[in-house]
Amino acid sequence: MLALENVHTYYGKSHILHGVSLEVNPGEVVGLLGRNGVGKSTTLKTIMGLVRPSDGSVRFEGRDIAGMAPHRPAHLGIAYVPEDRRIFRLLSVLENLRTGLDRPGVSEARKDELLEKVYKHFPVLRERRSQAGGTLSGGEQQMLAIARAMMLEPRIILLDEPTEGLMPRMVSQIREIIHVLHREGVAILLVEQNVPLTLEAAGRVYIMEKGVVRHHAPAGELRANQAVIHQYLGV
Amino acid sequence: MGIPFDQILIQTVNGLVNGMILALVASGLTLIFGIMDVVNFAHGELVMLGGFVGATTLAMTGSFWIALAAAALTLALIGAVLQATVLRPLLGRDPLTTILATFGISLVLQKYALWQWGPSARKLQEPITGQFDLFYLEYPWYRVLTAVLAAAIIGALYLFLRFGKYGIWIRATTQDRVMAQAMGIPVPVVLAVVFGIGAGMAAASGVLFGPLGGVTQTMGSDFTLRAFIVVVVGGMGNLGGSILAAIFLSLIEAYASLVVSPAQAVIASFVVLILVQLFRPTGLFVPTPK
Repeated sequence: MLALENVHTYYGKSHILHGVSLEVNPGEVVGLLGRNGVGKSTTLKTIMGLVRPSDGSVRFEGRDIAGMAPHRPAHLGIAYVPEDRRIFRLLSVLENLRTGLDRPGVSEARKDELLEKVYKHFPVLRERRSQAGGTLSGGEQQMLAIARAMMLEPRIILLDEPTEGLMPRMVSQIREIIHVLHREGVAILLVEQNVPLTLEAAGRVYIMEKGVVRHHAPAGELRANQAVIHQYLGV
Repeated sequence: MGIPFDQILIQTVNGLVNGMILALVASGLTLIFGIMDVVNFAHGELVMLGGFVGATTLAMTGSFWIALAAAALTLALIGAVLQATVLRPLLGRDPLTTILATFGISLVLQKYALWQWGPSARKLQEPITGQFDLFYLEYPWYRVLTAVLAAAIIGALYLFLRFGKYGIWIRATTQDRVMAQAMGIPVPVVLAVVFGIGAGMAAASGVLFGPLGGVTQTMGSDFTLRAFIVVVVGGMGNLGGSILAAIFLSLIEAYASLVVSPAQAVIASFVVLILVQLFRPTGLFVPTPK
C-alpha cells in the first residue's frame, strides 16, 4: 500500500535520508525504531510531502506521491500525527477535529458518527470540546492529535512518537487506540523510542541508523532476540 | 488654561470616527500578516486603488453603494491574483524578499494610478449629506455613517472567522500552516482568499474615506504607515488588538490636536509606538506570552 524506495532527503545541504526503503501493507502495524536524529521523523515528513525527496520514490496505492502538494496526501487517506502534536492551540477541541471533518463528501450524519467514535475512546475530548486546544495537558493533546487524524477516515496513520513524555496511564490509552485502529483495518506506521510498546503493537519492525534502514524483522523475532535491539538502540 | 468640555467631546467623536476607518484598513493588514507572517507594504495602495475604482464606478452609476461594492470586489480579486502570482512563489523564503515584493507592488500600483487617473485628487460625493448639531459644530452624518459601516464590515469579518468551515480553515492556517496542510486544508487557496479579503477591506476603506479626504495616487503610503503602527501597537496578527489600537491611537491624536496643531498631533502615535516597542513588544492589547 505504502512503499518507499531508495528515498534521499536533504534539509538544505545536510543529507538526512540516505536511501530509505520500507513498505507498509494494508491494515498492517509497522514499527520504525532508531536513536534520535537517524531520520525517522524526516521519513514521515517525506511521506506527507512536507519535505521533498531529492531521489527515490514514495508510492501510495500505486501512485507516486513524492513531491505532491502537501495538502494532497490527507485526501488520499494518509493521516499524520506529528511528534510535537501540533494542536491548533487557539482553536477549540471541536474545531481542531473539524479541520479533518470538513472535507467534501462527508455527510452531517457521518460527521456525527466520527465524532461519537472518538468521544467514546477519549471521553475527555467530549468534556473539553469547547476548550482551546492549547489549554489541554500534554497527554490530552496527544489524544486530540490522534483523534484529529482519525477524522480523516485514513487508510494509514503515521504516528510519530505518540507516547513520548506521557504518564503510564496515558501510554496505555495510546496502546489501546493503536489496537482499536488495527482491528478496524487502519494501517499504522509507528515511529517510537518505546521498544516494548513497539514490539508488542507492531507486526514488523524496521530499525534505522544514520539515515538508512539497517535491519528489518518480524516483531516476534526481535522479541525473542533482543541482541539486535541492543546493537542499534543501545538499550 | 483648561480645555473646554465640548471640545473634548467633539474630539472624542472625531477620534472614534477616524479610528474606525483606520481599524478597517488595519484589520485587513493584520489578517494578512497573521496568515503569511509578512507585512504587506502595498496595503495603502490597495486603499488608494479601491478609492479610484469607487470614484470611477460612482461617476458611471451614480450610486455610492454600487461603487463601494464594486471597489471591494474588484480589489478582492486583484488581491487574490497578486498573492497567487507574486507572493506565493516567495513563500518559505527569507521574509525580506516578500517585503521587497510588496513594496514593488506598491510602486507599480502608484504609477498605474498616476497613469490612469492623473495627479489630481478625486472627491467622492457622499451618499448622505445631512448634519446634526454637536455643540458649536454642524457635524456631518456621513462621518458617523463611515464609522458604523466600518464597524459592520469588521463585525462581518469576525463572524466569518469565528463560525463555519472557512473560518476554521483560515484560523488553523494562521496558527500552523504545515499542520493545516497535513490535515488536507488547501492552504494555497486559503492564502489567496485571505489576501483577497484583506484587499477588499482596504478598498472599502478607500471608498468610505473618499468623501472625507479625497482620493489621490499618493495617499497609500500614509495609510500603510498608520495601519502598520496600529498593527504593531495592537500586536502583530491580533485582530482584536488592532481594532482597539486603531481607536486608541486615533483618540490620542484627536486629543493631542487640542493642544498642538493636527500635523504635530501625529507625533503622538509615534511616541506610543516607541513606548510599546520598549515596554510591551508583543503588543499593547495582548497578554504577555509566558
